[in-house]
Order: sequence, then structure tokens, then C-alpha cells
Amino acid sequence: MTWETVIGLEVHTQLATQTKIFSGASTEFGAEPNTQACAIDLAMPGTLPVLNEEALRMAVMFGLAIDADIGKISAFERKNYFYPDLPKGYQTTQLEKPIVLGGHVDIELADGSTKTIRIHHAHLEEDAGKSLHEDFHGMSGIDLNRAGTPLIEIVSEPDMSNADEAVAFAKKLHAIVTSLEICDGIMAHGSMRFDVNVSVRQLGDELGTRTETKNLNSFRFMEKAIKKEVERQIDLIEDGGSVRQETRLYDGDTDIARSMRSKEEANDYRYFPCPDLLPIEIDQAYIDAIKASLPELPEARHQRFMEQYQLSSYDAGVLGDDAATAQYFETTADQCDDAKLAANWVSGELAAKLNSEDMPIQQSPVSAEQLAALITRISDKTISNKMAREVFDAIWQGEGEPDAIIEARGLKQVSNSGAIEVMVDEVIANSAKQVDNYRNADVAKRPKMLGYFVGQIMTASKGQANPQQVNKILLSKLNALL
Amino acid sequence: MHTKTLAELKTGLTNGEFSSVELTQHFLDRIKNLDSKYNCFISVTEEAALAQARQCDEHLAAGDAPVLCGLPIAHKDIFCTEGIRTSCGSRMLDNFVPPYNAGVVDKIAKAGMVVLGKTNMDEFAMGSSNETSYYGPVKNPWHTDCVPGGSSGGSAAAVAACLSPVATATDTGGSIRQPAALCGITGLKPTYGRVSRWGMIAFASSLDQGGPMARTAEDAAMLLNVMAGLDSRDSTSTEHEVPDYTATLNQGIAGLTIGIPTEYFDEGLNPATEQAVRNALSELEKQGARLKEITLPHSHLSVPAYYVIAPAEASANLSRFDGARYGYRCKDPVDLHDMYMRSRAEAFGDEVKRRILVGAYCLSAGYYDAYYNKAMQVRRLIKNDFESAFSEVDVIAGPTCPNPAFEFGAKGDNPVAMYLEDIYTIAANLAGLPAMSLPCGFVDQKPVGLQLIGQYFDEARMLNISHRYQLATDWHCQSPSDVS
Repeated sequence: MTWETVIGLEVHTQLATQTKIFSGASTEFGAEPNTQACAIDLAMPGTLPVLNEEALRMAVMFGLAIDADIGKISAFERKNYFYPDLPKGYQTTQLEKPIVLGGHVDIELADGSTKTIRIHHAHLEEDAGKSLHEDFHGMSGIDLNRAGTPLIEIVSEPDMSNADEAVAFAKKLHAIVTSLEICDGIMAHGSMRFDVNVSVRQLGDELGTRTETKNLNSFRFMEKAIKKEVERQIDLIEDGGSVRQETRLYDGDTDIARSMRSKEEANDYRYFPCPDLLPIEIDQAYIDAIKASLPELPEARHQRFMEQYQLSSYDAGVLGDDAATAQYFETTADQCDDAKLAANWVSGELAAKLNSEDMPIQQSPVSAEQLAALITRISDKTISNKMAREVFDAIWQGEGEPDAIIEARGLKQVSNSGAIEVMVDEVIANSAKQVDNYRNADVAKRPKMLGYFVGQIMTASKGQANPQQVNKILLSKLNALL
Repeated sequence: MHTKTLAELKTGLTNGEFSSVELTQHFLDRIKNLDSKYNCFISVTEEAALAQARQCDEHLAAGDAPVLCGLPIAHKDIFCTEGIRTSCGSRMLDNFVPPYNAGVVDKIAKAGMVVLGKTNMDEFAMGSSNETSYYGPVKNPWHTDCVPGGSSGGSAAAVAACLSPVATATDTGGSIRQPAALCGITGLKPTYGRVSRWGMIAFASSLDQGGPMARTAEDAAMLLNVMAGLDSRDSTSTEHEVPDYTATLNQGIAGLTIGIPTEYFDEGLNPATEQAVRNALSELEKQGARLKEITLPHSHLSVPAYYVIAPAEASANLSRFDGARYGYRCKDPVDLHDMYMRSRAEAFGDEVKRRILVGAYCLSAGYYDAYYNKAMQVRRLIKNDFESAFSEVDVIAGPTCPNPAFEFGAKGDNPVAMYLEDIYTIAANLAGLPAMSLPCGFVDQKPVGLQLIGQYFDEARMLNISHRYQLATDWHCQSPSDVS
């Protein structure tokens, strides 16, 4: 049997406004619980919402970036349900008249071809607070700092047919919203959260029953959750069962998925127009002004990186898709004057380190300026790549500026060929047996035997000899003995 | 002193006939002596009032007094008052002390008025008789066996019994005009958006509007002057310029066309009430106004549409009262559900529960189109009726209520009979139009109200007509027995 998977995404994207969507409270992440919730966020009696125009502007920017229509009249509705992290007992959101209509996002597939994912709509809404279930002696704690943070919920058409496409789509959205600087893109803070709708069918059949797995907050977890769910649905059907329409939860840490509620248990949200907020009328001049001030989008930056920095398409993608990474790379490349080396370091050493510490690039302990200074010392051959990694770690640990660390650790590379020649001569003189072996060995085996000599020389130089020069001099001296 | 109008009291203060402290003490004494009989007040803020009055006297002496400095007022307990319990007539908020003032409360404080206390009301403003208050019903000062009307019954009775010269009130379907009529005072519901709703506890957000209650149109104009205006904290409040409502009170009304809707004089109207209203219309005609019969063909749909839209909005507005952050919480909840269910079951009264149920039902999947959407269509038709009427007339006049005040319990078993008491007042809320009630006679020694409905932002004209009427009549000067 040939199975086909159909995937649609709903992406909750926190907008990077200073204040909340309907109140003046700060949206900054990480404050003490309930210190950033004002009377409006607490839904105190008689309080009223006033729309934050900045949130509206950001939503329009997104719409224009994905080539969507902007709703000329956009309206808010109330979505009613009881939950302690939802203080008003309803979420103010959009249903009938969303701000962004249609549009599309193009993704690159593994074979290099391009696929268009259509966007159904994107709407403005407020985020809920957080329930904290630990440390309250059997009770739950509520933190309302997040309540009222502006979101756009981006709803795709079911245009993706596997987990890879879904991840590519999600990453592309991430690239767009961070490039627009309307979202900080920090996944660990929940700045983007994904709900995935998945169904399977046999090739050519009608759409199957879908399930929705909610609130996935990393690309990796989303990929794992989709694969697991597709497998579950296929197994179920192949075993003679059928898929039940339901909402599911997936725990990325334990890799366990479970049903949260079935369609029958679903809330009746009793949507109706919010009488506290007048419909927003958006005129063309407002849209045109925003259009004229849109920053560079990922696709344009991708092209520019290839041309300006001579990067491969792959590198331009890795470095150019995420706005914060792109900015970091450009600062580094411009300051060290070696774009290729800058690209290698940002996408290699730095990315690996950030990844292992689960840290966004904005919070990198090694600044772009420090990395550029470090790379400059590699280019001018003051230090080797190996030493540079040591210096990088030291900067990461907060030991100071690159030059000061190089100085303090005595890491200056010996590039003086005279000094190296002396060391090479000494090592050759003290290694008669190895020299004999080398001389008698098959030509093809000789390069492998160089390691011993290089090792000896590096030890003699306490690691400070320039390896390329060591190799060159060693080879010429050994070959002279043949 | 208490029989003087706000305008007269202002003159007295300015001329030094009495101080604000004396004036405030006088009204506080009246409340102390008489309110046990009427139950107008949920909270009396004696100490704060006297402290405020002392400050006002200093300003009056220094000559830097704001416009209504030192004059007493009472606030309906639906307006949040910083540091003063704001109950909304409900057990749910019996312990609620807001950390902020309503927009209206701020504006009135800025005008220098002295707050005597917070007045009783139907629970969450849901009721037409004041019988749904957690704090017990308010008694009509004219007939203590009778209701004062609702929901602003406490404010209306307090002004009628001269426990306060003026009061704030709110009107969602008639809650200013109906109690004003039943208590024989003057009450005005402004155009939707004219007065800030910030800090005014919401019943039905698209219909709620705060306004003044007073004994005369002139006093209502003085109070509306300081209540009206843009509040950036309320997105539905309007930038429309606020005129000086007292400036045009004395204009002649000759040449004005007053529309008389056929539908407001139908078989549901008490004949004696009708006679009083017709007499009032004759007086206006005598002053040169032209009466013109008009028709508002969708009037009969206003009560049904209202009792879908208002409960629908209320069902969401009252969801925040969940026992989690403030207000009533049931004892020892076993889990979240138990906390929600018992807190709301124990703290909301029957009428509030009824409206939440009705509202939630009307918004439910499968019923939304038949109820909420249909009601919104009707609302549009009602608005159109008024728009076409106002192409021919300057103002609309008729009865405020079909009957004078009824006895306690008279409509207790029959919510629909109670809802029909608002049959002439609800349409103005659905259309967002300004409307007011002023005394125009008595039936069985009970006051009768004349209702005026104006064009959008035409409060000044309604006040002008009312003032001219009050210059020629003395219905508004008559007082219940305890006053003299």
C-alpha cells in the first residue's frame, strides 16, 4: 500500500512589541511571575482593552512579506472557555475578519526544487498566561506575565506531505518573521509554537481524518511528533482500525504522545464579535507606507550573501535565513575581512556550541566583534586553527578579549621558518630509525608516516609552530634524504 | 438645604452661605437618619467625604476651586472607586476593593465633587426593580411598598429622597430612565461612547452607558458637562466635541419637530400614564414645538433582540468572575472545576444565572445564527427606523415606562413581564441614541416619566427641551413626604 501524508500547520508567533496587545504592561521574557500583569491583564472588573497599534503594524508586515491580502476591515472576536491562565474567561482573537488573508511561503526541497505552501490566513490574538504545576503543594500556580502578549497565528493550507516539508516550512516562517524583526524567534522562550494537523490516506483517496498535535516548541520535536503520528495512524488503519478526530499532546523529552481530548469533548467556544474593540479599518496609504519600509527578506538576503560574500547556496541559507544569525555573520565577516572563514566559524564552531547549550545566537557569550578579532589572528597566522578553538572556548568562558587571551596563554604561533627548520633538523637527527623506515617504505605509505615527525616537532615547539610550515619544511628535508 | 438643586447649592457655596463641610455633613446626616428606610446605599464613605469637603472649602476660599467643587454626589456601585469596595450589587464582589478609579469617577473627582458613598443596584445591573441586589431591594421614596425601578434604583431613590443632590448611574436597556421615571427625577442616558466605560463594570458592553441622575434638567446638564468626553482607555469612547450642556438650556423650542411614535402608545400603555404623557406633549406644543406622528415599525422586536444580545455579551463579560484572582471563592474547593462551579453558583443570584445561561445558549454552535445573528439584524433594522424618523423630526417623545412603580414581588415569578417594563427604553440602547426621562405627572401618587430620544450627540437639545418644560411645570419640584 502506498500511503500519503497530509500536513497543515498553525503557528503561534509572538510579536516583538514592547507592550502587550491590549494593555501597557511589558512583554519582556523572564521576569518574576506576575510582575508584568496589569489590571487589564488580570481582567479586573471594568477594565477595557485598547489595541496596540504596533502589533497591528507587525501583522501587516507579515502579510505583505508573504504576498497576502490585508483585510481592509479586520475585527476581533471573543473565544470563550474557562481556564485559570485565561483571566477574562475568553481569548480575544480574530475569526471572521482576520488581518492577513491568503499568501504563500516557498520552501526548498531536498532535491533542490521549490514547493509553494499556501497560507489560509493569519490573525492577531492575545497569548494566555502559564500554569505552573510544580512546587505548590498539590495546587497550581498561575503566572500571568505572558497573558496578553500579542500573537499572530499563521494557518497554512494542508500543503505539506512529510515531516521534512513541515520543518522546512516552519524554518522558512522563522526566517521571515525574524528578518522582519516582528518576532525574536527564540524557540526556547516559546516565541514560536506549532500545532500540527496530520492525516494519512492511500494515494488518490479522499482526505483522511486528521488529528491535531498542539504546542510543539522546537523544529526537532515537531519533526519527531509528525513522524510518530504518521506511523501511529498508518498502523491503526492497517490493523483495521480508524483514526479518531482528536487533539493530541507530544512530549519531546520523553518522545511520548497521547490523546488530550476527542472531538466530542471539544469546547464550544461560542465566538462572537468583541464589543469592546471597534473593527479596524485599514487604508491603502497605511499599507503602502509599511510596504515601503519592509526590511530585506530571507530570499533576497540569500542571493546577496552568495554574491557579496561568495558563499555557496547552502552556506547562504544556513547563515542568511535567520535574521539574528545573518546579522551576526555580517558583522563578523565585515570586521575580519575573511568571509569564508567567518562563515565557517559561525556555522561551525559557534553554531555547535550554541546548539549544545540550547542558546539563541542573540545571547552568545562570544560577540561578533570578538569572533572577528579571533578570525583576524587566524588570517594573519598569529595562531593556528587549533589554537583558535582554545581561544574561542576561553572567550566563551568569559576570560576576556581574544588578543589578551592569546598573550596570556602564550599561544603565538611560530611562523619563522628558520626556527622551524632548526626544530625539524633536530627531530630528524634524533629519529634515525623512523627516518630509515620512511626511506624504505612504499611511496604510498609515506604520507601516513609523517604524523610521527609532525607530532615530535609540535611537542618541541609546545604546539606553537605553524603546522602548514612544519609540513612543508619537513617534507622537503625528508625527501632530500631519499 | 437638601431641597436645593445642584445649581442652587453651587451658588450657596460660592456665596459662602454654607461650607462644603456643612453641606456634606447635612447629606451624611440625612443618609444616616433615612437610609435604613430606603436602602439606597451599599457603602457610605463618611470620613473620606468630610476630608474631601474640608479640602474643597480650602479651594473655595482660595478661589482656585474647580467647577463643581464641594458639591456632594453618590456613585452607583458599578463604578470602580479606588480603595472603596465596589460590589456591583453582587455577593461575587462583596469583598472587591478596586485599585483604580472608573473614568467617570476620575472626571467627577477632578471637578471637585464630594463622594458620599456607593448606591445600591440590581446585581450586575440586571433587573428593572432593584430586587436582584445582594444587599436587598431599594424602596421607592414615594411608596415604600413599591420598587424604585432598576437597575440604578439606589441612585434614583437617593436623589428623589434628597439623600444626595445628584448621582451617577448606568443604562443598558433603561437602567437610568426607568428608575428616574418611577422615582420622579431627571435621568439621562447619553449617546453610546459619550461617557467613558473604563472602570464601569460591564454588563453588555455594546449597550452600557453611564449618565447623570438629578432632580432637574439643569443639574443633569451640569453633571453631564463633567462626565462626558474622550477616554483613551475605552476604545468605544468618542472624540466628538463636548459642548457646554448648560449653555443652550434656555433656548426657545418653537419650531422644533417632535416625533410621536405610534408604537409607544399601544395597548400595553397604562391609560393614566398615557394621559400624563399627552399633557406633557401639549405643553411642548404650547411652547411652539410641532408634534408629528411617526412610526418605528420594528419597535416590537426590541425586547426580544435585547434579551439575546445583552445576555450574550453578559455571558462572556461575567466569565472573569471565577474565584481565581479576586471576588468570591467558595470554601475549600477540591479542584479547579469545583472552584469554578461552586464559586459562581454560590455568589451569583438567579437573574444573573438566568442571563448567563440564556446568553451562552444563544451563542452556542448551531444556535448562533438563529439567535445572536438574527438579533443583530434586528438591531440594524431598529437603528434604521430611528435614522429614517430623524430625517423628519428633531427629537422623539413618548412614555418612559408603560406603568408607574409596581409593588415588590409583583413580577417576581415572571421574568418576561419584568422585561416588558423596559419596552420603550431598550430601543435607544440598541441604536446607541441618547435618551432621557423627566417627571411629567402622577398616577395614584406615583411619578410618571416623559421620555425624550435624541439624535446622536444631541444631548444638549434634549436637555434644552426638558429645561423649558421644567420652567413651565412643577412636577420635578414635588417631593416624597420625607423630604420636607
